[in-house]
Order: sequence, then C-alpha cells, then structure tokens
Amino acid sequence: MISALIHWLDERLNLEGILAPFKHKTVPTHRLSYWYFFGGITLFLFIIQVLTGILLLLYYRPGANEAFESVQYIVTRVQFGWLIRSVHAWSANLMIFTAFVHMFSVLFLKAYRKPRELTWVTGVILLVLVMGFGFSGYLLPWNTLAFFATKVGTEIAGQVPIIGKPMMIFLRGGEEVTGATLSRFFGFHVAVLPGLVTVLIAIHLFLVQRQGISVPPKLDVQWTANPSARREMKFFPNFMLREMMAWYVAMGVLGALAAIFPWNLGVKADPFVSAPAGIKPEWYFLFMFQTLKVIPSKVWFVDGEVLGVLGCSLAGLLWLLLPFFESDHPARTKGWITGLAIFALAYVIGMSVYGYLAN
Amino acid sequence: MCADHTPQPMTSRRRAIEVFLGGGLLASLASFLYPVLRFLVPPAVIDLGGDEVVAAKVAEMKPNTGKIFRFGSRPGLLILNNDGTYRALSATCTHLGCTVQYRPDLREIWCACHNGIYDLNGRNVSGPPPRPLTVFDVHLRGDEIVVNRKREA
Repeated sequence: MISALIHWLDERLNLEGILAPFKHKTVPTHRLSYWYFFGGITLFLFIIQVLTGILLLLYYRPGANEAFESVQYIVTRVQFGWLIRSVHAWSANLMIFTAFVHMFSVLFLKAYRKPRELTWVTGVILLVLVMGFGFSGYLLPWNTLAFFATKVGTEIAGQVPIIGKPMMIFLRGGEEVTGATLSRFFGFHVAVLPGLVTVLIAIHLFLVQRQGISVPPKLDVQWTANPSARREMKFFPNFMLREMMAWYVAMGVLGALAAIFPWNLGVKADPFVSAPAGIKPEWYFLFMFQTLKVIPSKVWFVDGEVLGVLGCSLAGLLWLLLPFFESDHPARTKGWITGLAIFALAYVIGMSVYGYLAN
Repeated sequence: MCADHTPQPMTSRRRAIEVFLGGGLLASLASFLYPVLRFLVPPAVIDLGGDEVVAAKVAEMKPNTGKIFRFGSRPGLLILNNDGTYRALSATCTHLGCTVQYRPDLREIWCACHNGIYDLNGRNVSGPPPRPLTVFDVHLRGDEIVVNRKREA
C-alpha cells in the first residue's frame, strides 16, 4: 500500500533524484561530533515554537484589556493550557540557549571559515531574529514585568542617535508603551518574524546541505595527510537517527521543565504603578543590560547610554562580519579569533552572572 | 554471541527490541497528542442568562412590533400584538441559525436568510425551516416584560 504510493509519487516527482544528495551526504565522526547536534536541536525547538504558538493563537487575544485575561483563561480554564503555554515559554528559552551553544561551537570548531561565511552570517541574523521573538513574545501576556521590560528595551532603542527616536515610536506605535505597542508586537511575533525566520532557516539549511559538514581544521590536516584515518557516517540514516534521539531527549527535557516548573503569569500590567524592585530583563538580554548599567552616565562628552548602545551595535555588526576579518591564507591565520571567541564567551557569561547577582 | 549457532533467538530478540522501541515511540506520540487534542476543545461557556430575563419595558413596545432581546447567549424575539398580548420566542431560525424578525405587514415571523416563515405561535408555515421556534412564557412585573423558559411538563 505505502510502497505503491511511494512508487506513484516516484514516477511523477523522481523522488530518487530529490533524495540523492541526502544519500551521499556524510557527517565526519570525531570526538567533537556531538556539537553538530545543537543546530538540529535549535531547529527542533523552533518547530515546537511554531506548533505551540499556533495552539496558543486559538485562545490568545491581543489588546491591553484582553491579553492578560486571555492568557489567564488559557492557563486556568483551557485543558492543558498551562502545559502548552509552559512548553512555549520554556522552549523559547531553551532555543535561544541552544542557538548560543551552536554559535560558539561553530566558532571554536572554525566552521565559519571559507566557504561557509554566508552560513555564519545567516546564523547570526537568525540569532538576532530569535531574540526579537523573545523580546516581542515577552510582552504578549501583558504583565508588569513584560510591560517594564518593553518600556526599557524600546527606550534603549531610542538612544541611538538620529534614527533612535523614530525607531522607538515605530516599535511602540506611539510615544508610550500602550495597547498599540501590544498590537504591533503581536504582529511582529506571529507574522513578520516567523516569515523572516522561515526564509532564513531555509537559506541556512540550504547552505549547510550544499557545502557539507565542516571538519575542524586540525583534523582536516591529519585526514588529508592520512586519508585512511578519515571517519565518516552516512547522514541518512545513521546521523539522522542519532539526531532524532537528540530531539527525543530535548523533548523529554522540555516536557519535564514545562511540567515541573510551569511558567508564571505574574500580575496584569498597569502603566500607573511603579516598577517593582529588582526588575531584570530575560537572561539572554542580561549581558547587554549589565553592560549599559556599568557604563558611567557621561564618558568624556558622550552620553553613557548612547555610547553603550552604539558600542553594542558595533560589536554586533563586527560579530556578523567575523569570518571576513580572518585571512583565508592558512599560514597567516593566527589564533586571534579563538582568543576573541573565548573573550566573548567569558564576557557574555560573566556579565550575565554579574547582572543576575547584582541588585 | 551465540548467533552463529542459533539464529532464531537473534531474530526474536530483534523483534522484541523493535516492539519495545515502536511501542515506546507510539506511547510518546500519544502523550504529546492527547494534551493537544484536549487543548483544542474549547471550555464550555457558562451561560449566565439563567431561565428568566427582562426582555423590555412596557413603555418601549408599540403594538404590532417586535423586539430582539438577549436571552443568555442567544437572541429572543418579543412581539406585542394589536390586541395587547405579548409573545416571546426563540429568535434563532431552525433552518440554519439566522436571527428571525417580526414582519408587521404580514403579522408573521420571517427569516431573511432563506425566506422561512413562522406564524405567531412559532409554527413553521412556509419555506425551509424544519421545526417550529421554541415559545417562551411572558408575564409582566411592574413595568417590566419578563420572559421565562417554559418548564418541562
């Protein structure tokens, strides 16, 4: 029955031809192979986000008077609503975490090098978009923490010279964070960002597929010198099945976290109450938040905030273009990008911990 | 280990592993799908309408007119006849659920969607409606016109 159907499709679509590249695709096997799983896990968590997001859309209502109540309705009245929302929130956080892990593993394994510069660039853009998902999604329950996080976040965007103010008004849908902001963020979160991210993921995966899996340079030298030492496994089914196992484990971790630590809803946002003490952004913004905090309010004649925002933007831009700063001449390649990567990782972790512990 | 001598246990072991693995995967899938299916079913809406509602004030009704009122989550139709008697019925057409209206020119209840006609007792007299409209009890309480669901006999 199934084989007849496959045969029918094959006659018309030449399935063999479509699947051929996957059959020839191989994945290098070495002691660092495990790092290859994180991109796939990030993709898996994104799929979970799409599915649970669609489910939440069945009950969620954007709007300052309805958003909080509708999420409250989801977590209290709708059967398993608390679980679906909790999975969505946990999966979002895990996805950003695995995206960071994936990025740093690519950096340390030198997988960004020629010919994979564009894969790196699309990956960094994806990370930014995913953080945009986090930022816009955080506001949707319209609770106090979300309200102030959005106020501060959009205020930071407003610090950029010249384009800052119009950008802030564009993001907020007005001078202040109101129901208009919620409508916009809802639109970004469920329409604009999913479209952009889907297109970029397609390009990212196409590039990975086209260029094959990178081999760490040291190992590549050894394998080129001694081809019999080369170890590879077939992508399909060998690597695929391992990847599926990784997804299954990710699913288990996600389900356990969501069920044991359901995500809090908090208190409904009120624009006319004071910000609660100890308010902090989500952990993935903490390192930038803390950076802005430690910069003095005036550096020479420049405003501290402006300096911080410009500094962060510049660092982000350089990070995006990182592969282009490395000479493609192996002899001249020095370890400076590895040094930079270690510094960046230490900085992000250090500032996050500092931000978490600081009052 | 002993596969060379006895291939039979090997295949049955393989079979057992396949069953466990497949069964485990199916069980996982069921545990993901079950909450999703339950999530899709909307919680029952509590009908706060009760069995009684004030449909209108006496002063606002003119003879030979009808008024749509809210009865719980559904519309009702209140009619004041020329002889001063009231009638109250469900305003949901029994054909495809449109809201009916009183036609003073015909002295009948008419559904605009598919030209269904009911008489003032709610009987479906022409057009597609398959069943009569539910009739409610009406009584006056001071200057209020109160509509009740009929008690089941």
